[in-house]
Amino acid sequence: MLQVLPENLSIGVLVIIHRNAKYETNIETSLSDKCRIVVKMAEEKEYVKPATAYFAPAGYHLLMEPDHSMSLDVSEPVNFCRPSIDVTMQSVSDVYGASTAAILLSGANQDGAKGMQSIHQAGGLCIAQHPEQAEIATMPASAIALGVVDVILKNDELLTFSRQLNNYILRRD
Amino acid sequence: MGISFGNLEELIELVNNIYSFDLNGYSRASLKRRVSRIMDLYSLDFSSLKDNLTNTPGFFNKFLIEITVNVTEMFRDPSFYIALRDEVFPYLATFPHIKIWSAGCATGEEVYSLAILLEKQNLYQRAFIYGTDINSDVIEHAKRGIIDLKKMKAYSDNYFQTGSGDSLSEYYTARYDAAIIHHHLRKNSLFSIHNLVSGGVFNEFQLITCRNVLIYFNVTLQHRVLDLLYASLALFGFLCLGSKETLRSDHLTDKFRLVNKTQNIYQKIA
Repeated sequence: MLQVLPENLSIGVLVIIHRNAKYETNIETSLSDKCRIVVKMAEEKEYVKPATAYFAPAGYHLLMEPDHSMSLDVSEPVNFCRPSIDVTMQSVSDVYGASTAAILLSGANQDGAKGMQSIHQAGGLCIAQHPEQAEIATMPASAIALGVVDVILKNDELLTFSRQLNNYILRRD
Repeated sequence: MGISFGNLEELIELVNNIYSFDLNGYSRASLKRRVSRIMDLYSLDFSSLKDNLTNTPGFFNKFLIEITVNVTEMFRDPSFYIALRDEVFPYLATFPHIKIWSAGCATGEEVYSLAILLEKQNLYQRAFIYGTDINSDVIEHAKRGIIDLKKMKAYSDNYFQTGSGDSLSEYYTARYDAAIIHHHLRKNSLFSIHNLVSGGVFNEFQLITCRNVLIYFNVTLQHRVLDLLYASLALFGFLCLGSKETLRSDHLTDKFRLVNKTQNIYQKIA
């Protein structure tokens, strides 16, 4: 999905993946060459820029500050996860409210469901991957069961959505 | 229960007015989560939280414990301890005395990890470790040197990964469900309250560790605390930050030599 995002994407993207802090992974670097937007690991107190995807570093929760910088946090894992999707989604919805859009993909626990709930309550857009097409259905299915998902998209639809993402962004001048 | 960023500012002002405790330089997103957590923990809404802070004796101390993140482990990030042992200790070994400051030590696991690592390199007899935190309860906990035996399993794994070749159990005595760090590994350490936000230089150190503390501060406060850490270091002393933290300013990067990039270890050279 990151690979089809246009280079003139007018928003920033935060990516939370569950990965073990004990093993170094360089998914940002390997994706960076394949994407038209900038792909990098989120740095502490870095400001979010358009056309950039920021990955949460392993072992840290990623939070959004009211001044639109990102901060890191090593407090207790949530849903046994750090980074936790719930934590980031709740924090982003605190700052961006109704202009937040979230996509919840495959995963083996319920992380993300409560985060989607916060975004939903703030008036943001919540999209879940179709559980049948997810490698592990639990995560998107949990959010859907909570009744907070606006749209369920199949994989090809997720790609189309990503490609045309700029068209869905409401300008608020 | 949630609060707004506006509520949070109100709370910061209240705590400053009543307790002269300055939370202004704290990262708002983290602080907001911590405050919501306290409200959940004590089943309080925002107005009763304010009421408790104003009128309930002792509540502020409980508030302070929960405000700060006290998550810590023995030998957390084993690769950090490997770097310390292999790249910093040989240098420290040339000093007659080794004074160490673990800033933001929480319940003391890092201080005891350093004690074990120093002991292993025959440096502990020459060393003295100061552990400080803003919170009196965690300091009291740290002083006791008693660790939940259940946690020792994970800590032993961490220790094993440092490649020290022996077992962590060599350094503590297990009783019932508690592990007590051996007395001789506790005698050269001192725990006390120190606030990085309001406190000053209190000694000169050959090694300072301040890991995953700065991430809870805004950039302005980070600059101030880094200046304090710099001023507290002896020339050729070492500074260890959390792996995602930085020295922030050029005026400091010029005064330090980068020892280990991944582990964020620096040596003061000017």
